[in-house]
Amino acid sequence: MAINWFKYSAPSTFYGLAGKLIPYFAWPAALLFAYGLYIGFFVAPTDATQSEAYRIIFLHVPASILSMFIYLIMAGYAALGLIFNTRLSSMMAQALAPTGALFAFVSLWSGALWGKPMWGAWWVWDARLTSELILLFLYLGYIALHASIEDTRRADRASALLAIVGSVNVPIIYFSVKWWNTLHQGATIKMTGTSMHVAMQQAMFLVLVACWLYVIAVALARVRSIILEREANTQWVKELKEVQQ
Amino acid sequence: MTARQKRLAFIVAGLVLVAAAVGLVLFALKNNVSLYFTPTQVANKEAPQGRSFRIGGLVEVGSVSREKDGLTVRFNITDTAKVMPVIYKGILPDLFKEGKGVVAQGKIEADNVFHADEVLAKHDENYMPPEAADALKKAEAAKAAATPISSGSSAEYPVAK
Repeated sequence: MAINWFKYSAPSTFYGLAGKLIPYFAWPAALLFAYGLYIGFFVAPTDATQSEAYRIIFLHVPASILSMFIYLIMAGYAALGLIFNTRLSSMMAQALAPTGALFAFVSLWSGALWGKPMWGAWWVWDARLTSELILLFLYLGYIALHASIEDTRRADRASALLAIVGSVNVPIIYFSVKWWNTLHQGATIKMTGTSMHVAMQQAMFLVLVACWLYVIAVALARVRSIILEREANTQWVKELKEVQQ
Repeated sequence: MTARQKRLAFIVAGLVLVAAAVGLVLFALKNNVSLYFTPTQVANKEAPQGRSFRIGGLVEVGSVSREKDGLTVRFNITDTAKVMPVIYKGILPDLFKEGKGVVAQGKIEADNVFHADEVLAKHDENYMPPEAADALKKAEAAKAAATPISSGSSAEYPVAK
């Protein structure tokens, strides 16, 4: 039996579906986060050069990876909304932006806390750090632009353009350590393999999956609020039990 | 073309144009985007003359010496091809070590020594427990003993071409 996907791209159907899906992402996220951090702090060995300070990597790397990945997903949804005029895609893009901004901020903040004891500086204007800061500004710019336009459909279109143009920055962040001399070290996880102890890898991977599930749960919860806000005047929203109370 | 296809084509073409423009700008600014110059670039006079800039490379093994005041340090930065002597007065980061990465900000004075006012440590992307690091060192030493012809220091540090 074929599933009618278009049925679920209607906000009225997706609202209920998203509500049912959230616990399936939220609970595994919490459990994996706890398990990943346990491995990171108690099982993974200390590092030969950086001793215990390297453990901030278990938060720093997942946050950085997701800040870039969420941006691409957000730009993808924004482009879908622009091209196909699907309302739900634009709402998903809007729902992802605050979480992306949060991860970009966590990445910069944890990086500063790591940089001071290891490099000797909170901040340097090298290509990796600067392009990640631009990513945070792109997220904030997207959110601000969307909020500044009263008509949501016009806001969707204007901010979608910003999101799509900004996606040029993501490959720059990723390859910055390769293209230019930077203080930030090169990639640990490469196509050819990972230059990291196995238990460290496991902890980092578990926290990455946990953060990813958290992103999905939070985006679904946020898109539900956005749907309610935008469809407040429709009949199906007025008939909802949680609205009538 | 339908309206949808037109919008798609417009977005793809726009993205390609923006990417090309950004690419050209970054290529033109290559030297400004890089955080530091290598000793080879400095030797080729590619680094700014007479003003402050950053130099990066490895701390040459056996070159670190402290002066009597306990604060002033002299060492050489090398990219395995050229060497730059550096003098610095201040506290060094914990990861500052011979044979490891370093980035220093400062100016070349008349004595042809790089007078640094900030020294940062650069670590590599490898993470391993101390036992594994020891085992690696031993294996390398055994290899070096087996082959008397020295292959120079390993290229564990990215050097600009």
